[in-house]
Amino acid sequence: MRREAPQKFADYGPLFFPAAMLTVFFVIPFATMIAVSFFKRDPAGFYSTAFVFDNYARFLSLFFGKVLGFSLFLAIAVAICCVLIAVPFTYLLSRAPRRTQVVWLVALLSVLSLSEVIIGFAWSTLFSRTAGITNLFVSIGLMSEAVALNPSFGAVLTAMVYQALPYTVLVLYPALVRLDPTLTEAARTLGASPLKSFFTVVIPALRNTIVATLIMVFIFALGSYLLPQILGRPQHWTLSVLITDQAIYQSNMPFAAAMAVFLVLVTLGLVGLTVYAGRKGEAA
Amino acid sequence: MSGLALQNVTKEFGSFTAVKNVDLAVPHGTFVCLLGPSGCGKTTLMRMIAGLDLPTGGAIRLDGADITRVPTHKRDLGMVFQSLALFPHLTVGENIAYSLRIRGVAKEDQVKRVNELLAMIHLSGYADRPVSKLSGGQRQRVAIARALAISPKLFLLDEPLSALDAKLREAMQVELRQLQQRLGITTIVVTHDQREAMTMADTVVVMNSGEIRQAAPPVEIYRRPADTFVADFIGMTNLIDFAAEGAGRASVLGTSVEGLAIPEGLGQGVLSVRPEDVHLTAPGHGAITGKVTFVRDLGGTIETFLEAGGKQVVAVSMPNARPDVSVGQEVGIRLSPDACVVLKS
Repeated sequence: MRREAPQKFADYGPLFFPAAMLTVFFVIPFATMIAVSFFKRDPAGFYSTAFVFDNYARFLSLFFGKVLGFSLFLAIAVAICCVLIAVPFTYLLSRAPRRTQVVWLVALLSVLSLSEVIIGFAWSTLFSRTAGITNLFVSIGLMSEAVALNPSFGAVLTAMVYQALPYTVLVLYPALVRLDPTLTEAARTLGASPLKSFFTVVIPALRNTIVATLIMVFIFALGSYLLPQILGRPQHWTLSVLITDQAIYQSNMPFAAAMAVFLVLVTLGLVGLTVYAGRKGEAA
Repeated sequence: MSGLALQNVTKEFGSFTAVKNVDLAVPHGTFVCLLGPSGCGKTTLMRMIAGLDLPTGGAIRLDGADITRVPTHKRDLGMVFQSLALFPHLTVGENIAYSLRIRGVAKEDQVKRVNELLAMIHLSGYADRPVSKLSGGQRQRVAIARALAISPKLFLLDEPLSALDAKLREAMQVELRQLQQRLGITTIVVTHDQREAMTMADTVVVMNSGEIRQAAPPVEIYRRPADTFVADFIGMTNLIDFAAEGAGRASVLGTSVEGLAIPEGLGQGVLSVRPEDVHLTAPGHGAITGKVTFVRDLGGTIETFLEAGGKQVVAVSMPNARPDVSVGQEVGIRLSPDACVVLKS
């Protein structure tokens, strides 16, 4: 089929709907948010129109710097954990019989249907002293008495990895299925053990996919604000938690907007850096 | 014995038997082609030799040692895959050096060996190119060089030339054969292209439904096929029923033909006669009578399709050695008795 370049204005017709949706639901809200971030808070009401940098200035403190640092660290940790678990798992899954693949994929998709709230409370029960998994360890003699595993950083990380893992697998799956199985066979005939061929052929051949997946999970994890509150201590709260707090409980929309804009900028910067590094690494 | 020996090798997938009791000896330094239609088990047999599949029965020996259960990466072999399976993330040089790198060969020795191999495949100076920038023929050569980097005991190629166009394929066949003779390496090629097999092999192994039908030098396969499958699969042939009339005489297409090597006790069977051994003469004088139904003049040779005794017979002749016949004409057909292969039906 030959595709012709659009000639008349009407040829762009099919684009109108998505363009309109994008404008209404993304461009306008985001522009509003940027605008509000420069507004002044009105303690009596909501906010008043202005153009001040106070909100950004207030943000530049050690406290918020620490929260931002922790948010990024947590998102990176979740992304790395997810990829470390999902790559070998999806590789084995893509080599399994079709029926096994379907069962696993359906199970993973069903995890996606769980809301963050349910995941949070389920894990908080599992990590509790009274009804948690440590009771199981006690009964099989692994531990002497049951302990509470939350609130803690480990609990937050576990639940977030659990939540993000299905996405990770679903993003990796198509690339791994398409990977030519004769590549690993060729590596084996050339003297590489199955494990060696996985690290010298499968991983390098999937480099770009893995980088893209890391970025996706990183961004996904950055937006999490419920799980850190349910399973973590205040020092485990992310910037998203503070944004919610400012926007809803403190009614400080301009400051919340400023933090959100800043978070978006930092995220874009990090993603750009990763892509740039990936390009450079490829050229070398 | 030095070389490769397959003893009673069998491979079953569930209730389906892909390879049935295969016995084959490949002496050191010979070039063997596994030839057969798709699904005949030739690729499965090669994968078992490589260790990528395990046989369900029998043994595989290399230079006397049983390697049936030895994992692929410990077999010291080189294999070229149908898809070539070049590593997309590595350059030409890195692809060729892969097996050396895995074995921990020193960097400078790797470079030396890679340059040697690149010179051998006429691609000197290509070491730093990405494999995606190569043409089909060049990729083919790189795959061959990569497989030969460690000087393997066994060189396996699975349909190696099927992705190339006809002209390049013919050239590569000759090149591959010359390379094999120069290196003296035991080589096994899987192919469904009989021209390829005839060009390259010392021994052609014809397979069908998981069994070896005949293993012999190419000319013998062509001239003395062991059964009707081999006769029909290799080149063009006329398979003509006969009924023995005693002492080398048989009734063929309604006419009595003499001088056939019919074994004693065989009442009837099939003659395999290559089209170039079918001669056209004037009708009568003891010749089989036939009628011309179609003439295909290919310039270099002429194929004459005849109908005789209700059967089709094809004759191929050189333009200057053929009487001028046209469609509908009645002609005499003579079969050279030495060229007729007597087979069981």
